[in-house]
Amino acid sequence: MIFDWNVVVYAIPLLAAGIVQTLKVSIVACILGLGLGLVAGLGSLSHNRPLRLLVRIYVDFIRGTPLLIQIFLVFFALPVVGIRMSEYWAGVFALAVNSGAYIAEVVRGTVGSIERGQTEAALSIGMTRKKVLIWVLLPQAWRPMIPAVTNDLITLTKNSSLLSAISVYELTRSGQAIIATHFAPFEIYLLLALYYWALISVLSWASRRIEKALPSW
Amino acid sequence: MVAPILVEARGIVKRFGERTVLDQVDLEVREGETVVIIGASGSGKTTFLRCLNRLETPDAGSVRIADVTIGRRANGRAADEYELASQRRLFGFVFQRFNLFPHLTARDNVALGPRRVLGVPRAQAEARAVQELTRLGLGDHVDKRPSQLSGGQQQRVAIARALAMDPRVMLFDEPTSALDPELVQEVLDAMRALAAEGMTMVVVTHEMRFAQQVAHRAVFMADGRIAEAGSPAELFGAPRDERLKRFLRHLEPGV
Repeated sequence: MIFDWNVVVYAIPLLAAGIVQTLKVSIVACILGLGLGLVAGLGSLSHNRPLRLLVRIYVDFIRGTPLLIQIFLVFFALPVVGIRMSEYWAGVFALAVNSGAYIAEVVRGTVGSIERGQTEAALSIGMTRKKVLIWVLLPQAWRPMIPAVTNDLITLTKNSSLLSAISVYELTRSGQAIIATHFAPFEIYLLLALYYWALISVLSWASRRIEKALPSW
Repeated sequence: MVAPILVEARGIVKRFGERTVLDQVDLEVREGETVVIIGASGSGKTTFLRCLNRLETPDAGSVRIADVTIGRRANGRAADEYELASQRRLFGFVFQRFNLFPHLTARDNVALGPRRVLGVPRAQAEARAVQELTRLGLGDHVDKRPSQLSGGQQQRVAIARALAMDPRVMLFDEPTSALDPELVQEVLDAMRALAAEGMTMVVVTHEMRFAQQVAHRAVFMADGRIAEAGSPAELFGAPRDERLKRFLRHLEPGV
């Protein structure tokens, strides 16, 4: 087999356009997923039973079904009941909802792992459960949450590749388009892998920086 | 003149599963009085203390402090979370393992309650915190985090944190048990000073010398009940209950 450098040189700028779209999808989905995960995670820590049950069902459903099906549900099934979104927003929505469920579990687990004595001390000075959470538990939870949340955001970024199935013109999809016209699967898929790898490496590095920058004690 | 009764626990029962940890415990504490609770581990003394401020919910019985029944509204109905939280701060609680907030400085540990529970403005809450910490000999350590303080210093910060909420009664749960021996005295001295100022205190402790010197009254618990109660001189000098005699014999000589 001959490695075709010409197609690589041709593909690099085209794939760069794809990666911009991947970034646009991932960044927005990360922000929405973080917000959703935080809200759902706090919901699962509340004393409100229906709310806890609701979060339970949400998390179980997301964990129990393939992401590709979730994407198809958003893009093909929701329009049937009148909720219509563009490919881009359907993709962002599906990824955010998916990631939010996993982040909710991280939030619940991390806050739940803080020593019981912290809650008791806060209760003993007259705090309600909500205040205990806001002033004592969450401030201690941010830092230990970061590695696990980073994992979820890395997964989200890589999962954005699945949006090629609903014609979001992101990195994977733009690679596939080049393969269709130039038939160079080896070169292009290898290049795609390198692009994702570089992207994820930047994300990991940023996460370590954030973790270090947060106060410890 | 005898001081009025400030705290009155009646018929406190607590079960953990099959086990009855507290079996009809009654206790009265008068204003300004220091009561020590002694007893072997597992006798229920810590659980009893935690039932007073509702860190544990008793299965039966009631706790009154001043004219408040903990867990009840004035009309006798069950209190909601907000009322219970405000009732709970009538008690200050000092934990065996300090339970300071590790992410906050000593000053912020003490100021957190006044700021976030009572709504005291920041400057005022911090000034009060520094004042409490200075009173406990920690004036030079207000900006340190708990991890930068010795165990004895941490426990004194914890005492300051409780005092800053202006509790009517201070509850101490084995406050020196987690400390290295050389750090015990500074905490006992702080408690002694507090008692001398007239603070009402209930102290679960293994420090028999402290019990004898500071307490107005001593209570010996065994098997979830109060087995004997009286003045420290009576309990330590002329114990009647067999379990108390055995308990005192097993303590280190010299106390």
